[in-house]
This record gives sequence, structure tokens and C-alpha cells, in this order.
Amino acid sequence: MKDKIEIDGVEVTFAEGETILEVAQRHQKEIPTLCYDPRLDPFGGCRLCIVELEGARNPVASCTTKATPGMVVRTTTDTIEAYRKTLLEMVVSENREVDVSPLRGYASGELATLRDRYEINGHRMTGTTSGTNKTDDDNPFILRDYELCISCYRCVRVCAEQEGDHAINVMNRGFHTQITTEFDGLLKDSACTFCGQCIQTCPTGALGDKKALRAADQVGDTVPEKTRTICPYCGVGCSVDILTKNEKIVGIHPAMEGPANQGALCVKGQFAYDFVQHSDRLNTPLVRGDDGELHEATWEDALDKAAEGFRKVNAEHGRHSIYGIASGRAPSEAAYLMQKFIRVGFGSNYIDNCSRA
Amino acid sequence: MSNPLVDMQKPDVIFCIGTNMTECHPVAATGLKKAIARGAKLIVADPRRIGLAELSHLYLPLRVGSDTALLLGMAHVIAREGLIDEDFIKNRTTGFDEFFEHISQWTPEWAETITGVPAKDIETAAMWYGSTDKGAIYYTLGITEHICGVENVQSLCNLALMTGNVGREGTGINPMRGQNNIQGAGDSGALPNNYPGFQAVTHPEHQAKFKAEYGREIDLEKGITKVTALELCGDSIQAMLIDGENTLLSDPDREHCEHALRSLAHLVVIDIFLTETAELADVVLPATAWGETDGVCTNTERRVQRMRAAVPPPGEAKPDWWIICQIAQRLGFKGFDFDKPKPIFNELCRVSPIYAGLDWDRIENSEYQWPVPHKEHPGTPRLHEETFVNGRGIFSNVHYRDPAETISEDFPVWLTTGRRLQSYHTRTQTGRAQGIDYLLPEESLEVNPADIERWELADGEWCKMSSARGSINIKVKATNRSPRGTVFASFSFADVPVNLLTGSGYDPITHTAELKVCPVRLEPL
Repeated sequence: MKDKIEIDGVEVTFAEGETILEVAQRHQKEIPTLCYDPRLDPFGGCRLCIVELEGARNPVASCTTKATPGMVVRTTTDTIEAYRKTLLEMVVSENREVDVSPLRGYASGELATLRDRYEINGHRMTGTTSGTNKTDDDNPFILRDYELCISCYRCVRVCAEQEGDHAINVMNRGFHTQITTEFDGLLKDSACTFCGQCIQTCPTGALGDKKALRAADQVGDTVPEKTRTICPYCGVGCSVDILTKNEKIVGIHPAMEGPANQGALCVKGQFAYDFVQHSDRLNTPLVRGDDGELHEATWEDALDKAAEGFRKVNAEHGRHSIYGIASGRAPSEAAYLMQKFIRVGFGSNYIDNCSRA
Repeated sequence: MSNPLVDMQKPDVIFCIGTNMTECHPVAATGLKKAIARGAKLIVADPRRIGLAELSHLYLPLRVGSDTALLLGMAHVIAREGLIDEDFIKNRTTGFDEFFEHISQWTPEWAETITGVPAKDIETAAMWYGSTDKGAIYYTLGITEHICGVENVQSLCNLALMTGNVGREGTGINPMRGQNNIQGAGDSGALPNNYPGFQAVTHPEHQAKFKAEYGREIDLEKGITKVTALELCGDSIQAMLIDGENTLLSDPDREHCEHALRSLAHLVVIDIFLTETAELADVVLPATAWGETDGVCTNTERRVQRMRAAVPPPGEAKPDWWIICQIAQRLGFKGFDFDKPKPIFNELCRVSPIYAGLDWDRIENSEYQWPVPHKEHPGTPRLHEETFVNGRGIFSNVHYRDPAETISEDFPVWLTTGRRLQSYHTRTQTGRAQGIDYLLPEESLEVNPADIERWELADGEWCKMSSARGSINIKVKATNRSPRGTVFASFSFADVPVNLLTGSGYDPITHTAELKVCPVRLEPL
């Protein structure tokens, strides 16, 4: 029985240090979770992942219990499912709403998905609610809609464990639990860097992407499409998904499996995308006229003028009078063709990129 | 980077020098924070008390431009204390005996006189880095943007070679690249000394290879660098094609740069905005932007990744590759009949040994870090594991040199420049993103409170800052992040063009500008 446990009657292997939840997930067991984020240390707060463990008096949280040889685990008994349903009913009853826009954040639909899975539609428990919205925080990025908070602490933990900033923490206990910054102030006055990781791990939309919600208001209610790409800023090369609606970029999600970032982003990658569809974008070629000003031109005219200038300079001053500077921001195809343009066209190595300044 | 980004969580001793990583590469910095949480020690050398300094166990506040002296002093202590890796030195390096002799004179006490860092702290840093099996060095432009950038990098290599901190998990010499495809631009051959894949243009074999490939003989001599080209504008350089660079704001000595570009007979700029540089062009060609363009980029750990279009471009904007092909075709150049990016990237792979095992489809899932020399090769997350590309690691007997300009009666304050978390480069992008202004509405000069008093300035008020090249007005911000005698500003804001002042000198080999050091004078307005 070394390095093996039994899950729902099937013997499976595990690696040292793995939790019951991790082993079960590897074997396609759909154990519900709310406070769990695979990137974070196990927390055991929501208790939805409880399983029956033979020999244990009470169910155990599978996210915090390490697998040990010979364990016999049952993940989906009637009793366990009843516990889970009751726990979820209590969580749902505390919140103002459960159905939130998918643009609030990467994980914002988790609670609604579980509510549907456990068919919670009545109001067996009503009355007391928890969480107070931080309405005076006028920052343009992070919505602090704590009436939807379920105290899973994922935001607090992602800020501490993943980002290493410790900008937010927990105040009070029970129904008065509140996620907050030091001295209960604004995020701007805390250690927060607006990286957005808290938004993306929140399972209820209590923390939301204000910018995405604003953008979505303008383009109507369709499901956003996702396109996987790489962040346009520094050289770390974080993987992101661009969210679009009707050909408009409405937000950015980090790619949790991105090899360079594993779900992390910074304020620029998360929020500074709207330069792309800004009204200042050049949308037509420009050619300098006899009056010394730049004027709109057709592609034909502009390309002819561009080529003619190089031909003329080459004829008058020789092939070493022409120089190319490639971009560190454009794709490699552009840099490759820039150097090819100079080398094929003029037989020189008069080409550089913008890395020297 | 010699090592992959995931290695950033693995070192036991981390030495960061000239890198403001929490602001400039924030996601990479999260890896270091995890290493620290795990128990790793962090040494930070930087003139400014940056975010990383606050996280450090040992902070070395060196005077701007004195890095080589600090690193010589550390090498001295490592040798003196017998912390060298004799097996590594014997098996993998060359020139250690001469180097050992060379560094005997550069004591930490001497280094203190140059850097201002207490000798005992230099000793502690050397002892920590020299005593560990997992010591990793991280640096950025604080090392390279000096007239002695090459010596600075060589000094870091000396430390890694003498301690054997290379080629294993949690070690290495790791420069952090600043733009999403600056690595790819170099990989692709947009360099005056290398064909694609870093094949030297001076090698006759490479010349022959590309003659066969491109159907034309190309100079066996290196081309000139961009810096030299700008010097020669209006003289021997008469035409330029600039793709996506706001040269005017990003390069040193703006007046010189503007004069250079204005004196060209023909300037063509491809960009997504009418930048300050594009405004000087004869022809401006509108390019598709990030999010509108399919293509490939390579990150700081040499990972080759696909970028994908999500939305259509505005108006008539076209991909850079299409624009270059169109100009080339009009000039009758051969080999520019592409109708999509895939065959262009595949051609780059075919002619580049480091990309030889790659093609457009294989990099779909971002799995590969170059070199990938053939199709069966899994990629190379970690360089120098068994051997160095050139055989043996070479020790360099470097000497400290003063910056091109040093403080004087006329210009008694050191200005150093850089970036901030919330703004990027010349703000052509972040300046047009909603909300960023809430975090960073304007540029300000970070000045130590004691200096504010000394130069009779006032926190929050404007001052005049002058260098040998010009003057700008800038708002003063009191902060202990700046040490006494040194001030800091970013070059991001067009209304505070800090690069009017910079440009005192260049590294003679790389032609990288000394943007990190500029003596200035501060006066109240």
C-alpha cells in the first residue's frame, strides 16, 4: 500500500506532499471548492472540499489533509453532499447577489456555478448579511463590492503569497469580517500596486475589474471572447487573454498556466491596454507635402514616396547612407524583415534596434 | 538571462544590482519575493533606496556609476577569504591566475572610497555570495547604461565564474530585458554586428551563407550602431527607416537627436501613433498594434512565444511586415513576397541556428527557450550547464573608470534616470490608458529632504534642473528614496523631457548611452 490511497473504491498513487484534493483532482473527481486557489497555500476555510476519511470521526477538508499510505477516502456520499449543500446555502444567503458579470474577474463565476450544481434556489436561510462595500474608494481599477464577500481570504492570500505585497488583510470576525487595508483606507494609500491579482482570484466578484465593467457597458451584453497572447510591456513575457466584445477590447485576464507568470500580472499588463483602440491611433498614411506639413495619403502614394526617397538617397549618396532601426515592441517578423530590407537592399549592416537606449 | 524565470524562486543568495525590479519587471520580482519568504538572503546594490532595497537583508547604497569598484572589492574579498570554486575555475575557465593577481590591489577599503559603501558591508556581501552554492545575480540597465557598461557586466561575470555560480538551478547571470520583444529583435538579426541568430557578420562563412540565402553579397565589416548613425545624420547618413521607436524621447540629448533626424534627406517612420519622432518624418506609415497583429516575440528568458490578434486594426493600419515588404517590392528587392507572418518566422528559423528546431506551429504553446538547434531538441531553459558557447569562461581584468562627467561646482548633484511602475517608456501607451493618471499624473524629481534645504527648493514646488546640455523645469518631491546628493526622474513624460539633459557619454564598445549618470544643478524657480 506504499504511496497509494483509495478514493471512491479505486486505488490510486500519490506523490509525497500531495493533498487528498490534489490526488482526487488528478483523477477527475469534481470536489467543490471556494477558498482554494492551486497557486496558494491550502487554507481550509470554506469546508466545501470535505471528504469522508475512514477512521476519522468527522469529515476532513481535503485541501489541507495530506495523503498518507493506506487512506480510504469517499468524496461524494449523500451525507457529504448534504453538508456541502447546507454550507453553500449559508454562503449564498449572506450575499446581495450571486450572478455577476464574467468581466468582474477570472474566477468571479465560481460561486454561481456551485449554486447551480447544488440546485440552491430557495431561501431557506434569510436575514443576516455580511460585508460592507467600500464605496469611498474612487480608484479607477478595483471595485470593492464587499456585500458579495464570503471571507475566503483568497485576495488576502494572493496579495501576500503570490504578489508579496501584503497590502490587504482581514478586520473583525464572523458576520463583521471585512477585507481591508491598513487603517481601513483607500487602496491608493496602502501597499497595493494595482496588479489586479485579488480581482482575478475572487470567486464571487466581490472584487471586480471596474475598467472592464465600464467598457462592457458601452458594447452591450454579449459573452466576451478570449484571445491568448503575450503582454505588450516589459520583457518578462506574461501570458494574457485579451477579452473582446463586438471587436472592442474590454479587459485582460492573466493566463493561469502562462509559463512566465503563472497568473500574475502588474498594473500595466492588467489595466493599460486601451491605448490600442485609442482615438489617437494613426489610421491612414501621412506624407509631408510641399507646404512642409504632414497630409493624409493613400497607401499607394505613401509607399511610392517612401520607396522613391530611399532610391534617390541610394543613387546620390550610396548604399551606406541608409540606416534602419527595428522595434523592440513589434513582432520578430518585423525585426527580421527590417534587417533583410537593409541587407538585401543595400548590402550593408546598417541596422540596429532600440536596445541601446 | 542565463537561467529561466522559474529559477528566481530557487537561489539561497540573490544579488540584485542596478535593477529596480519591483517597478520595471514586477512579475519577475514576485519570484524573488517567494525566494525571500523561503529564507533566501537578498543583497541589493543601488544608489536609490528602491522597493527591492526595502526587502533586502543587506543594502549597498553605492554612488551612481561606481559599480565596477564595488564588484572589484567583492571579488577581492571572495579571493582573500578562499571562497573560490577551484574545480569550476580549473575545469571551466581561463585567466584566473592573472585575475587573482589583478584583484589583490582592489581592497574593500579602496572600494569604499569610490562607492561610499562601508568596507564591512562590501565584505559581508562578498562573504554571502561567495559562500553559497546557489547564488544568482540579477541586473538591468543600472549596470549597462554607463560608459563602463561592458566592464560592469564583465565584473559580474568574474564574480559568478570565481564562485562557480553558473549553469545550475538558482544561479546564473541574469539581465532583465525591458521590452516585450527586445530579445527577439536581436535574435532576428536587427544588429549591426550579427546576422539572425547572432551569427557574426565578420565571419566569411556567415557572409557566404547569407549571400546564398539573400542573393547578394553583404559587407564583411560590421555596420555602425544607431548611436553612431544619429551622429552622422545629415552627413554620411541621409535616409532612415524607423519602426516603432520614439527615438526623440527615449534617446539621450534630445536636441542633438532632433537636429539629427531633421537633417536627413528622407525619414520614414512606421508607428501606431504620431509620436514626437513620427512628426519629423517625410512619410508616416500606420502600423497595426499589439492585439491586432499575429506574430512572435521572445522574452527575457529566451522563451519564444506567439502573439495573436484579437481585434481588427483602425482604419487602414497594416502590419509592420506588410509595410516593409511593400517598400522593398517597390525598390525591386527580392524575397519580400510574403502574405502572412508565418512563412517569415519560418524563414527566420531556417537561417538561425538557435531557432533551427522551431517553426510557427511548434511554438503554439510557448514551450521552447532557445537555443533549439534541431527538431528533436527540447529547448534550453538554462545556459552554460556543461560548457560555455566559446569554450571557457574568461576572467576580465577590469579597472574602475569615472563616469564621463562627474559632479563639479557648476553641476554639483548626480541625476540618475529610469522608469516607474505605472508608466512605460515615453508613455505612448500608458499615457493613453484610462486610470493610469490616477496613480501617476505627472513626473516629479525625487530629492532628499536635506538636499531640498541645501538648494533652497520646496517640496511640491517647481525647480530648474540644468546639465551641460540644457535645462528643464520639474516639480520637486521630497523623499528618502534618493540619498543626499543624488536625484531621480523618469524619462516618460513629454512635458518634462529629462533626456534633454542626459547624453554625457557612451560605452565605447556597445555604444549604450550613460543615461544613469548626469551631473546637474538645481535652482528654485
